[in-house]
Amino acid sequence: MEESLLIQTTERYIKGELSTQEKIAFEELRNNNPEIDQLIVEQIYFLQTLNKLSDQKQLIHHTNETVAKLKSEGFITNKQPKISADIISIWNKYRKTVAVAASIAIVVSVTCASIISFFSSGKQNSIKPLVEKLKEQDVKYKKLEKQIGKLNQAAISNAPIEKPRLESKFRATGFMIDVANNYLVTNAHVIAEAKNHLIVENNKGEQYAAQAVYVNAEKDLAILKITDADFVKLAPTPFSIKKTNADLGESVFILGYPKQEIVYGEGYISAKNGFQMDTIFCQLSTIANEGNSGSPVLNKNGELVGVVSSMETNVEGVVYAIKSSNIFSAINEMKQTKENEDIKITSNPTLKKSDRVNQIKKVQDYVFMIKGD
Amino acid sequence: MNNLGFDKDLLEGLKLQDKNCIEKIYRQNFQMVQSLIINNRGSSDDAADIFQETMIVLYEKSINPNFELSCQLKTYIYSVARRLWLKKLQQQQRIGLQTDDFEQIIPVQDDVEDHQKQQDSFSIMEKAMAKIGEPCKSLLEAFYINKKQMQEIAQEFKYTNADNAKTQKYKCLVRLKKLFFAEYKY
Repeated sequence: MEESLLIQTTERYIKGELSTQEKIAFEELRNNNPEIDQLIVEQIYFLQTLNKLSDQKQLIHHTNETVAKLKSEGFITNKQPKISADIISIWNKYRKTVAVAASIAIVVSVTCASIISFFSSGKQNSIKPLVEKLKEQDVKYKKLEKQIGKLNQAAISNAPIEKPRLESKFRATGFMIDVANNYLVTNAHVIAEAKNHLIVENNKGEQYAAQAVYVNAEKDLAILKITDADFVKLAPTPFSIKKTNADLGESVFILGYPKQEIVYGEGYISAKNGFQMDTIFCQLSTIANEGNSGSPVLNKNGELVGVVSSMETNVEGVVYAIKSSNIFSAINEMKQTKENEDIKITSNPTLKKSDRVNQIKKVQDYVFMIKGD
Repeated sequence: MNNLGFDKDLLEGLKLQDKNCIEKIYRQNFQMVQSLIINNRGSSDDAADIFQETMIVLYEKSINPNFELSCQLKTYIYSVARRLWLKKLQQQQRIGLQTDDFEQIIPVQDDVEDHQKQQDSFSIMEKAMAKIGEPCKSLLEAFYINKKQMQEIAQEFKYTNADNAKTQKYKCLVRLKKLFFAEYKY
């Protein structure tokens, strides 16, 4: 009852309907009661989302009308533009002739690009060449487009960095993100090693059975669930997961199991993209070793910014990590399925003001060895 | 040569969801986006979908007071559509775009990511709406989504008066909010 009264006031506040006196009282209430203020912050966000949703539906309605109108005028047709038909036939021709999966992409991409600039040379005149920076961007996209080459790359860079050791066949790292349901994050290539069984081991050497519930090979992300009933649930994770990309030069640290005990490493974000400009990954300058796959990468505030995935074999100190935003998309994907719909990132971030030693103390209980056979 | 002033007017119009402006943006840019999509293994329907989503991104930008178009509108639209289509292709089969770029492109990854986040919270809202049950769902949709007047709603839902409908509406709203944050909080 009380909240429905409050939300009514919040709504009037957003709409600017409160009288001066009401407004003063409302703001005083917020200033003096942090809990109520928190509630109002939520309410405002909620009401704004609802409002924006309505605006978007309205916009979709307008665009649908516009498309219908333009179709009836014959401005929008289902016919393919002539130019594109030529390109497609050329593309098909090449596809038939050259039949080597990975290398085709690069060949065709280069070939197609030059054909197009030929076809569209008339159009090009209207475009002013921009600054160098944009050209650089252009190169970046071109590289991105050669991602079919990633099939090759996957074979090179994602070669598992962990090797058989001890009782299990391999060892890697993973970390807890949902303490209510005991979900952990690690790499997809780690899971691929576990043909028979999968074990999660904490820093005290206690082992628990686990099961992969989500695997995305492209992003090299996997989510595991500890299935053992005797696993004692942990308190909410002390780190939050960053939705935005880490900044270039930001200092970071990793915790993982390159040996049978937890190992700490320091470094910094050295590039915003990964191997061959792969945008799923970022590049770190740090030392990682076999077993570090799946290690959490945290920044100085104790926010998780990435997951260690692989390292450059020719150059020392170049490590690739999956950007943390991919964890959110993985979770959203998982939520689509019935059995995982209650997955949620649970955290009570408390690391910001701690010094490094205390940050590590708090985080290490949430970092696990992933083993298996 | 300089279309920037003109583009600014179009954006202002889009912000108000002015139909003429929406139509103009379609007329000036649809063919370009359609060529891009069709050249890259998409259909006309895909092109329409991508263009619509691009319009949504553009709209989100237009209502942001800090947004300033730093290039031609055409360039911005092309870049966003391209990014969206690339994402779709990657989701489907890890294949990049094969052609381009006879149009200039600018980096729009952040804009597209913001858009994705917004869409995620919308889908949580719609899920919550689907869960809440009747009569709350219809009542809230009538008021918040379709923006009907309270008086009209009271009649439609056979409340004795607008005040009763209002009380009911706020009760429903609190429930919807709880459902929303049950999913949203991470």
